[in-house]
Amino acid sequence: MALRTLITRKSLGLGLGVSQSVRGLQTVSLPDLPYDYGALEPAISGEIMKLHHQKHHQTYITNYNKALEQLHEAMEKGDSSTVVKLQGAIKFNGGGHVNHSIFWKNLTPVHEGGGEPPKGSLGWAIDTHFGSMEALVAKINSEGAAVQGSGWVWLGLDKDLKKLVVETTANQDPLVTKGPNLVPLLGIDVWEHAYYLQYKNVRPDYLKNVWKVIDWKYASEVYEKECP
Amino acid sequence: MLATPAPVSLASALLPAQGWKSSRSLLWRGKRRTCSRKGNSSLIIAKFELKPPPYPLSALEPHMSRETLEYHWGKHHRGYVDNLNRQIVGTELDGMTLEDIITITYNKGDLLPAFNNAAQVWNHTSFWESMKPGGGGEPSGDLLELIKRDFGSFERFVEEFKLAASTQFGSGWAWLAYKANRLDVGNAVNPRPSEEDKKLVVVKSPNAINPLLWDCNPLLTIDVWEHAYYLDFQLNHYCFFSQNHRPDYISIFMEKLVSWEAVSSRLEMAKAQVANREREEERRKRAEEEEQMPYSEAVKMYLESDGDGDDSEAE
Repeated sequence: MALRTLITRKSLGLGLGVSQSVRGLQTVSLPDLPYDYGALEPAISGEIMKLHHQKHHQTYITNYNKALEQLHEAMEKGDSSTVVKLQGAIKFNGGGHVNHSIFWKNLTPVHEGGGEPPKGSLGWAIDTHFGSMEALVAKINSEGAAVQGSGWVWLGLDKDLKKLVVETTANQDPLVTKGPNLVPLLGIDVWEHAYYLQYKNVRPDYLKNVWKVIDWKYASEVYEKECP
Repeated sequence: MLATPAPVSLASALLPAQGWKSSRSLLWRGKRRTCSRKGNSSLIIAKFELKPPPYPLSALEPHMSRETLEYHWGKHHRGYVDNLNRQIVGTELDGMTLEDIITITYNKGDLLPAFNNAAQVWNHTSFWESMKPGGGGEPSGDLLELIKRDFGSFERFVEEFKLAASTQFGSGWAWLAYKANRLDVGNAVNPRPSEEDKKLVVVKSPNAINPLLWDCNPLLTIDVWEHAYYLDFQLNHYCFFSQNHRPDYISIFMEKLVSWEAVSSRLEMAKAQVANREREEERRKRAEEEEQMPYSEAVKMYLESDGDGDDSEAE
């Protein structure tokens, strides 16, 4: 079940780069960034954006496609043992692709509205659930800084309870692994590769600065689709 | 109460009943801690110190830059030490050895707050000591023999080690460890141990976890958290456009940095500890048996004195 949600474009509605049908298998490809690598400076350096996009995200895609092909073969042969063995690689690399695809949309240059707080229903919901934008930011930053090792910190929407939540996930686990009803509005990558070249070991500084380039318009769109 | 840490509820519940604790803590205690007594109170303030690598920070260049060491040791490792000291002061963990703190705060997988800092302090010290300037090459002597026995060849070992290091998803470590004659089941003990049961294994672990928790003796370790290689592998030195930076770092580590002397001497220590533990277990078993004998003697005497004087057994 989880596998199908990963490879079906519709269920995610994210416009993931989907290309080539290899023997009926849909593989994925690297989505373009809607801004230049240097456009998010000084919050995130161009060097980091380029490496993050061209190396890290691309590697997840390459390995995910490879795992999918191997899975396809194993399923055709009825090789259950291999099918199960591949789940780790699929979750990790597929999750990496899903998460980073969301992340690029969560960011936007300052001159395109980066950092501008959300107006409309998402803004209200944040005030209702967290008290204020400042309180939300403080909570996300503290949970993000507390992630041990590699992972993500999310602002999510529980679409059944219509409630906003702050969650963290480990490694490349997508937000749904914390609850099947959770829709990611905003994710911040706290893997070291996301900030190390610029902020070194001071993850809290990265978290403080990334808010300047967060695209609340995108988060609001996702929110309004689930809570019209 | 003053000279040794008082037994604590957590400790008795979580420390292994077997002997390694006492033999190992003796080895680490002197090197790691400074204890000072504060005035007249019975409070012991034990602070862990940040131990420097056994070489200058620039000594591993060009394979691992001074800048990396400055951050990795000077900020990351130092941060773990400082945070650990802050977390344990005034608690029941204060005054314990690092290994004991690691075991207790691991809490059978339900990690307590100090675990990450404690384990990372230990892991990083082990990492610096696993490397040396002009390192690499091949091991020799007992170590090489064991590697050949347990992996088939040195090349096969290197392959397995590199695979473990590169497939540890996210942050973590890869290890060469010495596993004593235990079954792979929690607290079971192999009833018929033999020399072959003691073997070398390659294991990988996530985040701060290390093989001490699996009752292995770590011999060699490589840090595969991104901070270990990110500065060196993204900038000038190595293939900027290569897909995978971690594998390059692992290769350089094996070819140019590993200190086989350190690994060999840890192997000797591990073998000695395991032998010690076996002797202690023997002694304990014998002591238990001896304790039971007086009881049966007493029964016999009782029966003899109470009976008709004949020597027939009661049953």
